[in-house]
Formats: sequence, structure tokens, C-alpha cells
Amino acid sequence: MSFRTPTGGRIDRNRVLNFTFDGRAYTGHHGDTLASALLAKGVHLMGRSFKYHRPRGVLAAGIEEPNALVHVDRGGGRDAPNLRATQVELYEGLVARSQNRSPSLAFDLGAVAGLLSRFLPAGFYYKTFMWPASFWKRLYEPAIRAAAGLGRAPTAADPDRYLHRYAHCDVLIVGAGPAGLTAARAAAATGQRVMICDEQPELGGSLRDEPGAVIGGRASAAWLAAATTDLASRGNVTVLTRATAFGWYPDNLIGIAERVTDHIAMPDPNLPRERLWQVRASEVIIATGAHERPLVFPDNDRPGIMLAGAARAFLHRHGVLPGRRAVVATACDSAYAAALDLHAAGVTIAAIADLRANPTGAAIEAARAAGIPVRTGCAITGSTGRLRVTGALLGSDWVACDTILMSAGWTPSLHLQSQSRGKLRFDAATASFLPMAQPGQRSVGACAGEFDLAAILGVPVSGAISPNGSHTGLVPGASAKRAFVDFQNDVTARDLALATQEGFRSIEHVKRYTTTGMATDQGKTSNINALAIVAGQLGNTIPEVGLTTFRPPYSPVTFGTIAGASRGDLFDPERRAPMHDWAAAHGAVFEDVGTWKRAWYFPRGRETMHDAVARECRAVRNAVGIFDASTLGKIEVVGPDAAEFLNRLYTNSWKKLGVGRCRYGLMLSEAGFVWDDGVVGRIAEDRFHVTTTTGGAARVLNHMEDYLQTEFPELLVWLTSTTEQWAVIAVQGPDARALIAPLVAGIDLSPEAFPHMSIREGTICGVPTRLFRVSFTGELGFEINVPAEYGPAVWEALMAQEAPTRSPTPYGTEAMHVLRAEKGFVIVGQETDGTVTPDDLGLSGMIARSKPDFVGKRSLRRPDMVVANRKQLVGLLTEKPDDLLEEGAQIVEDPRQPIPMRMIGHVTSSYPSATLGRSIAMALVEGGRARMGSTLYVPMPGQDITVRVVEPIFYDRTGARLDG
Amino acid sequence: MLIIPCPHCGPRPENEFRYSGEAHIARPADPEATSDAEWADFLYMRSNPKGRHAERWRHIHGCGRFFNCIRDTVSDRIERSYPAGTRP
Ligand SMILES: [Zn+2]
Repeated sequence: MSFRTPTGGRIDRNRVLNFTFDGRAYTGHHGDTLASALLAKGVHLMGRSFKYHRPRGVLAAGIEEPNALVHVDRGGGRDAPNLRATQVELYEGLVARSQNRSPSLAFDLGAVAGLLSRFLPAGFYYKTFMWPASFWKRLYEPAIRAAAGLGRAPTAADPDRYLHRYAHCDVLIVGAGPAGLTAARAAAATGQRVMICDEQPELGGSLRDEPGAVIGGRASAAWLAAATTDLASRGNVTVLTRATAFGWYPDNLIGIAERVTDHIAMPDPNLPRERLWQVRASEVIIATGAHERPLVFPDNDRPGIMLAGAARAFLHRHGVLPGRRAVVATACDSAYAAALDLHAAGVTIAAIADLRANPTGAAIEAARAAGIPVRTGCAITGSTGRLRVTGALLGSDWVACDTILMSAGWTPSLHLQSQSRGKLRFDAATASFLPMAQPGQRSVGACAGEFDLAAILGVPVSGAISPNGSHTGLVPGASAKRAFVDFQNDVTARDLALATQEGFRSIEHVKRYTTTGMATDQGKTSNINALAIVAGQLGNTIPEVGLTTFRPPYSPVTFGTIAGASRGDLFDPERRAPMHDWAAAHGAVFEDVGTWKRAWYFPRGRETMHDAVARECRAVRNAVGIFDASTLGKIEVVGPDAAEFLNRLYTNSWKKLGVGRCRYGLMLSEAGFVWDDGVVGRIAEDRFHVTTTTGGAARVLNHMEDYLQTEFPELLVWLTSTTEQWAVIAVQGPDARALIAPLVAGIDLSPEAFPHMSIREGTICGVPTRLFRVSFTGELGFEINVPAEYGPAVWEALMAQEAPTRSPTPYGTEAMHVLRAEKGFVIVGQETDGTVTPDDLGLSGMIARSKPDFVGKRSLRRPDMVVANRKQLVGLLTEKPDDLLEEGAQIVEDPRQPIPMRMIGHVTSSYPSATLGRSIAMALVEGGRARMGSTLYVPMPGQDITVRVVEPIFYDRTGARLDG
Repeated sequence: MLIIPCPHCGPRPENEFRYSGEAHIARPADPEATSDAEWADFLYMRSNPKGRHAERWRHIHGCGRFFNCIRDTVSDRIERSYPAGTRP
């Protein structure tokens, strides 16, 4: 049985499209939505409600639809849940499913929740799932997870592409209904850069539902076509359709989600599925129209009950009738327009039940003249029917019908205005909040409370009915039971009353307790009714109760749109050191260090990590190893005042550091805590090569710039990040000098000419180098800096060396950590946590007390910084050499004390040391240096590990090995 | 996303900038001459006003320079900006 009209609508009747809904095949036309195509086949039942699983039909015709949420599956991972059937445009082969039902829409086991509805009152979640805690994991959470949520999230990766676009304009108009089109044409005529967006596939908004209107002597369709052509023809106007302005962000930044291909059966693979537009506009004109309010009466949610304006939209846009015999229940004249149009299209209007005692005007007269029975002062107080409405209760009369069209009036769409923190005023006559203009923003048309077409368009209009009249809250004389206010979250008038009876007064609290207005439809159809009911319960007026704040997004936005291109490799791009590819080709296992990928260790054959790290450490101690240290931060500090600048930024003294010499530098925050460290080499009188920790490079440069620009602007210094300009190859071990000697030119490598902590410039493999003689392992060591692009070639040349030494052993960050821990070298960020002073680390010797000032110096005298019992760095040796402490484990004096134990410190570093044949650890312990030789305990599950406090240096205390 | 007027580059979107705390907290010329209380005040005490707030920003993805702004902490509106080392 077809509910399609023989003519009319904005569909293409020559294009028949096949689609399926819940596995059943249907046909529709180009220009249909899924909702209109199903309605054309007499299908109203499109969903089950969230909480009670009540059968639901389509309520609205657009974005505000709360009931008809569907899952569209395009195959190949292209599936999307929770789409509004009223927005899903039909295409050939569309596959859609209903949601929240099992096994089928018509027979849903979950509906038993509806029978239990008196046990599922407002605040049900808060009241029921309270106690005991253990029930949460086993009982409540699985039950809630199974029952809650509407759609099912896709499980496969989304194969579609999404793009981000940025745009600027003088005027952005949101909404292309009559008010938006008028504003856009006016702005365009002044030559300004204009953008206009609308969530619908075509411009026109509500004007498309007024085919009988005559605008300035022209049929409304002709006016609309002319306006559309006019805008399209102007070079200064950008028109976006299927584009929802979902959020306002400060300074008139509007987020717009444009659906590019969802309506196309076989989209061009070069097109993205959606685009996120971020539009910065000097002025935003909000022309978002209004949403019709349902009447709140018992069983107002049966399939076949819809908003009067929605029925009118389906008729005029799609040529679809909602049924054969309709009851129209209203408090607003616009429902008369729907009744008259449907009457003219052949639908029997069994009655218009008008809540108003004595409605007057052209609409009422026209209905009476058309022979439609109009009952005034008549409340609808119930409906009957199971999967489709079969009757309406008007007063004491049951009137048979297959459709109920309702209207309580129109609610201006304030979402964007409210998001922008715009002020609102309450208009008692229309029971509406109305927006107030603010700088850079104004609202026009229905969203500003102006519904009169002639006033909006500025030309004479005939043949249109203005939506005079409104009602808010429960229908007088109706029961609050099963009288739905928020259809999507299944909140009834009774739930709201109950919340106020239980003591909730603030509308924000009532909202959260009952969840009214919190569903994905953002309360578009429910907010004002909910407010009116709460106000009535509290004996307040609506403005006294106040509107809840709207927050973005106005309607759901896909994660793909938000992510754009930031997915996969581009989600959090990794930084790769120059020798990364060599390491990968030679079996390195990588670890993440900040944003870098670093070679962690290089397993050979079937080696475990432990085996590989032990072998790498032995190679460095006994022969020579090489290590990619390129991730070290590097800053070139240049200028006549460079030494003075470093003097103020580091704790050490730099003035007397000779050219060609290096120094380990310690940097503090102004609060006196260790902030970064690294070796600094003096290249020339006015030029320093500064290194920072791998993770600290950006932070340290910012810190330096801050002081240079704002505290010491008189210093002539320039700072340049050179982290990625230099590849750094650390060559460490007794054979280090012999390994590099054949490749180096222009530098005397002898210990006398090139002592420890020196820097020389020369060449290696013919490539210019800054060669550091430094050691982070305790062995004779060099760090070869070459321009980054030469790094791999130099590395390979070193690996190919076979005489006079054997080729070096590549080692990773784990061996580097072990080797430095054996020597007691700290790592900022591992031994320190932002609360550690130089003295805590035993580095008081690094402080140049003779300097009058440096960043952090004054703080070192603050009382808390010199208190006796501060945590100090110590070494720990476990009683059993094979016990390995856990980094972060807590340390106590007496493991038998009652819980909670007094914790006096924690383990900062812990490794098995192949060199020493046992485990080693470092820790921060209260008064640690006074505890040398004493025994402490590390309580762990199942055992307390006994440890001895030792100096934090485990190998080559005298540093004899530094000279090889 | 705010538009922040860099005194050197003009109005730019917020994500080019990095916030740097309250402005006009002058580092004492001779820190060693300050009392513990004065130094702690310099380190830690901030005005945290409801309303007009002088604050530092750095145009880190632009000219790289630190500058000062007056921003209203209630409306989030930026009244004006001016170079580091100057007064509003
Ligand atoms: Zn700038």
C-alpha cells in the first residue's frame, strides 16, 4: 500500500532506488530520505526507545529526530550507527538496520523493561547500582553495558578519508531558510566575502514546506530557485550544503561538519567522506530556525504520532502522506496549515483538537471552511495502538485514526547562540527564550522569534500561515505517566515531577538526575517542555528556573571528521634518528622516548633482551661499542655575551672555559630544582654547542628564550635549535680511539692533545665533524657530530672497521642506561622529578657559589631546600645479588610496621649489571647520605627485599678507565 | 580558539601560541638581597583575578617572541597586547 502522492514533492519520480531496512527490500526515489521512503511504504516503526524499548516511529523530519536512529552499513568497514533516518538520504543499494531491539523491531525482548517501567524511575541508575562495590564489576556493569547505548560501534577500521579545511569570511550565515537566504543576499550585495551553510541537501529550509506561499507576486518555489541561483552566481559567496554548524568557539570560530559522499551510491574515491570546516568569520548571522515542540500527554510516543510540521515536510518535500486518517492535536496555528495541506492531499482529518479555548484567525476559518471538524478547548489525553497508533483520546472520546499530528508551538534554536555565551531573554507571549545580539553575532528569523515570512523576507507574502499560539509542559488534565518529554532518553513528565519531589531544585541537577535533554538530540524537542514541567512543580516561572547551557556539538559529529588526517602514522608522528633505518635493518628493538623511536637493544640470533644488553655492556667495557645519540637536544648559543648568558642559566661557571673545552652543565628552574643537564662545548669565544636531555630540548630552548627575551634582554645572544642538524655517534670503550683514528683527519687524538672533556673540529671520513671527547659510560669515549645526512655513512664506515680493532658493537638505550648507572650518572627525569635539588643528587660541587646570581641560585637557600632530612641519592645493593628491585618501588626502615607504612624513599633506577655480576639500583632516600652501610627494606608482594645503602657509584670509582 | 594579537605579527589563532603565566612578575634585580618571604612571593604567589589579567604569551609557532596581553578571565576576551618589557 503506497502512501506516495501521485504528484508533488521535490523528489525525482523517474529515478527509482532500491534499498533494504532490517533485511527487507523496498524502493524509493531520488530525493527521499530513508524516513520518507519508509513512510511512503506505510512503515512508521523505525526504532525502539532507549530505556523501555518502546516501539517508536518517526517524530520529526530533520536533524531533531529523537526516535528513528538507524545503522547504515556500506560494507568494508564503512558503517555508521545512530544516524537519524530523517537525514539519511536514499541512494541505490542503501542497507540500513534498526537499533536497540532483539530479535526484531516488532518483537523485542527488551520491551519487558517497558512493563517494568515503574521500577525504572528517575535516577534509577543512581538508586539501584549503589552497593556493594564488588557488584559493579560482576553484575551492574555488564548488565548496563548490555542494555545501554543505542547503536553498536563499528569494530573494523574506518577505510574512509576525512579532511580539514580552514576558511575566513566577513559574514557566515548559519542556516539557509528564508531568513538565512535573505541575510546572505544582503551581505553578498555589499561585496563582502560571504559563506552560508545548511545541514540540508538543498537551500530553502522551511520555505520548501510552503508551496502555497506567494512571495512578492512569485510562487515560493520560484523565489527560492531565484535566490539559490543568485547566490551560486556570485563569486564572493561560498555555499555549503549537507553542512552542519555544530559548534561555536571563541572569536567567531565555527565548526562545520560537511557530509560529502554519504548520499552517493558509488562515491568518487578521491573525495573525502566528510570535511571539517573551521571558519573564522567577522560576523556570524545565526538563522537556524525553530524546532516544533511535541504535546506531552500519555502514550504520545506511539508510531504514527508525529509533529505536524514534520508531516507537512514529508508531504511537500517527498510527496509522502503520514497515513489515511489523522487527528491533529495542537496549540498552534501552524498545525492547521498541516491539516489543510494533508486534507487537500486526500488525508481524512478526523478532528483538529485545539487546546486553546477560543482560537481565532485565518487558519481556523480555513479549516472550518474546508469542512474539518475543529474542537476548541480540547485536550488530547491519550492514545492507543501497539506498533501503530489506532486512536486518540480527545476529552472523553476515543477517535479512531492511524496518525496523530501534534504541535505545542515552536522553540527557537538557540544552540549556537547559547554556546557563544550569548545572553537570552524570555518572551512570555511565546513561552520562548530569545537570543540577544552581541558583537560579531546576531540572530535572524525564527531562531530570533520572528516567524512572519513577510517580515523575514521584507516583501509582501500571501498564502502562508504564521505559527501563532503555543503551549508548554503537560497537556492540562492529562496524566504524567508515560507522557514523554525527552523521547530519546525516555524521560516522562512523571520522572521530572519525581525529581523535584525528591528535592532537586536546580534545572542543571534535574537534567543530570533524569537525563532529560542529555541525549544526542541535545533536547531539541524536549527542553522547553521539561523546563515548564519543572517550573510548574516548583511553583516558579520558566525564566526563574532558567535554561540549561547548550554545549557543542549541536548534533553528533563523527570521530573521523574530528581526527581528519591525524590517524595511523600521522596521529602522533614519530621522530626517527638518522641511523634509524640501519638499526631497523639490523634487528634493533625500538622503544619510545618522548616522540622519538630509539634503538633499545640489538638482539642476535635467539638472544633475550637480558642476554643482548649484557653482551652490549661487556663489549663497551672490554672493547668498543657504538650508539646513536642523535636524539640529544642541541642548541647553538652564539654572540658576544654567550658565555655570560650561560653563566646566568647554568649553575656552573663558563667564563673561564677555554675554547675547545667541554663542561657538564647543570640547569635549575628558578625554584632551585634540577631542570636539565648536558655537556656544553666551547667552539669559539662567542659560540657554544649546548646539549640537552632527549626529552628536554624544546623545554630548555623555551626556558632560555624566556630569560633572554624578558629578563636579560641586554645580552647579545642568539639561540638556534640544531637538534636535527647533527647526527651523533657515541663511540665508547677502551678501543674507541683505535677505532676512529684511521677515519679522522685534522685532529690530534692523542690523550695529551685531546684530553677528556674536549671538543675539536676536523673531518671524519672526509665529512666535517665536531668531535667531542666525552663519556656517559665511564670508558674512553668520543661523540662524533656530523651533519645529519652524513650520519648513516659515517656509522657504516665505523661498523666496517676491522683493523686495528674488531668492528664495534652497536648498543641501544638499555645498555646505555645500565652503563651510566654503573657509574652513578643521573638521568634528569629518572633520578629527578622536579623536586630534586643539586645537593639531593650529591652534585653540590657543580654549584659555582662565587657567582653572584644564576637562575635558581637564590632558591637553594630557602628553608625547605636545606632541611636536613631531604631525600638524597644513594645506591642500593640487594642482599641477594640476583634480586632485581622495581623502579618506583617504595623503601621503608621496618617492614614489620603496621600498614600504612612510613615510606622514606623510592627506587629511581634498577638494572642487572653484567659487569658486576649482580643487580644495582639507585634511590632517593630521606637523609640518604647519613645512612651509608645501613639496611633498608623494599616491601613487595610476597616478600620484603633487604637492601644495603651504598655510594651511588658501582664501578671504577677513580675514573681511571676514562683514559682507556 | 581565541584570536591572539601578537604585537609583532598581528592577530593569529591561539594554537600558534604558548601560554606563559602572569605578566609583570619582575625578577628581583638582586635575588640575594631578598628575604625568604619576598623570594617565595616572587616564585609562587600569583594574583589569579576574576576579570582583567595581565599575562604572558609566546608566539612559539610564529615570531617566537614573548609578549604581554590583557585578557578578561570571565569573558575570555583579549583587550590588548603589548611587547615584553613595556607597560599596558
Ligand atoms: Zn608574532
